[in-house]
Amino acid sequence: MAKRGIQEINAGSMADIAFLLLIFWLTTTTMDVDKGLQRRLPPMPETENQTDIKINQRNIIVVKINANDRLMAGGEALDVSQLKDKIIEFITNPTNDEKLPEKEMKDIEGFGQYPVSKGLVSLQNDRGTSYDSYIKVQNEIVRAFNEIRDDFAMSKFNKKYAMLDETQQKIVRDAIPQSISEAEPKDVGKRK
Amino acid sequence: MAKFVRKGKGGMPSLNTSSLPDIIFMLLFFFMVTTTLRDTEKLVMVKLPEATEIVKLERKDLSSYINIGTPILSKQGEYGTDARIQLNDSFKTVDDIRDFIAAERENKSEADRNFMTVSIKADENVRMGIITDVKQELRRCSALKIMYSARSGKVK
Repeated sequence: MAKRGIQEINAGSMADIAFLLLIFWLTTTTMDVDKGLQRRLPPMPETENQTDIKINQRNIIVVKINANDRLMAGGEALDVSQLKDKIIEFITNPTNDEKLPEKEMKDIEGFGQYPVSKGLVSLQNDRGTSYDSYIKVQNEIVRAFNEIRDDFAMSKFNKKYAMLDETQQKIVRDAIPQSISEAEPKDVGKRK
Repeated sequence: MAKFVRKGKGGMPSLNTSSLPDIIFMLLFFFMVTTTLRDTEKLVMVKLPEATEIVKLERKDLSSYINIGTPILSKQGEYGTDARIQLNDSFKTVDDIRDFIAAERENKSEADRNFMTVSIKADENVRMGIITDVKQELRRCSALKIMYSARSGKVK
C-alpha cells in the first residue's frame, strides 16, 4: 500500500466565510459616535416657596428666542451671528463697564488670584421656538465661552484650551465658569 | 558574457492567498470592537440639528436615548404627523418618561447611576414646547445630565 501523507485541509473558502461574517457585522451594527451639547439641568425646586437668589441686574444677560425664532439679547434684537461677540463682551467686560457684570477676586488652586466674572447667561425660549434655532443659539453661547477660554489659555499657558493638560484645564474652567442657565419655562400655563 | 536564462515558462505566478482569511478576520474583529449592536428600531424620523461646539459622549453604555420627531411614513396613518416621543421601541407620552428613567437607572450599576446621561435626539423641526416638557419631566426625576444630540456642521 502506498504511504499517504497527511492531507491538508482546503482553507480556500475560509476567506469567504470570514467575509460573510464581516458583512453581517457591518450591516447589523452602528458606528455613529454620539455627539452633542452637554448640559446640566438645574434640580427641581423642592418646596413651593423657592428661595429667591438675588442676582444683580448687571450680572445677568437674558437671551430670548420667540416663536418666530427671533433673537433678543440684553434688551436688543440681534442676529444669531452677532450673539457670540455680544456674550464675549458681556462676560469678559474688558473696560470694567458699570453696566456689565462685576468681577470677583477668587483664589484658584494652583494658579492664584484671578478676577472671575460673575456674569450669567440666561436662556429663555417660547414653546413655539424651533429646536434647530434653539440649538443654534445654545451653540453660539458655548462657542463664546470656548473662545474666552481659549484666549485665557493662550495668554496664560501659550496653548489652546484643548491642548492643556488636566490640571491646567481645570484652572481655566475655574477662571471662566460656563454659567448658562436654562430658565424655567415661562409659558407653561396649564399643568396636568 | 553572462546570459539571462529563462527559467520555466512565463506567465503569472499564482498569488498566495493563504493569509487572506487572517486579514479579513482582523477586520471583522476591528469592527466588532468598535461598533455597537443596533438595539432599537427607529420609529420617528430624526434629522439632528447642526452644531459646531459639540463634544463626544464619553460613556455610551451609561446613556439612554429619547427620540423626538415625526413618526416614520409607515406609522403616520396611525399616529399622525405630529412630533412624538419614542422611548425604547414604542411611542410614549411625557408621563411615561418617569418610568423609563427609573427602568434605565435600574439597568446601570450602582456606582455609575449618577453619571447617567440622557441624550435627547430631536428633529430640528420639532417645536421647543415638547422639548421643554421633556426637560421639566427629567428634572422632576432628577436625571439632570442631558445632552442635546447634534451633528457637526460648519459655521455659517
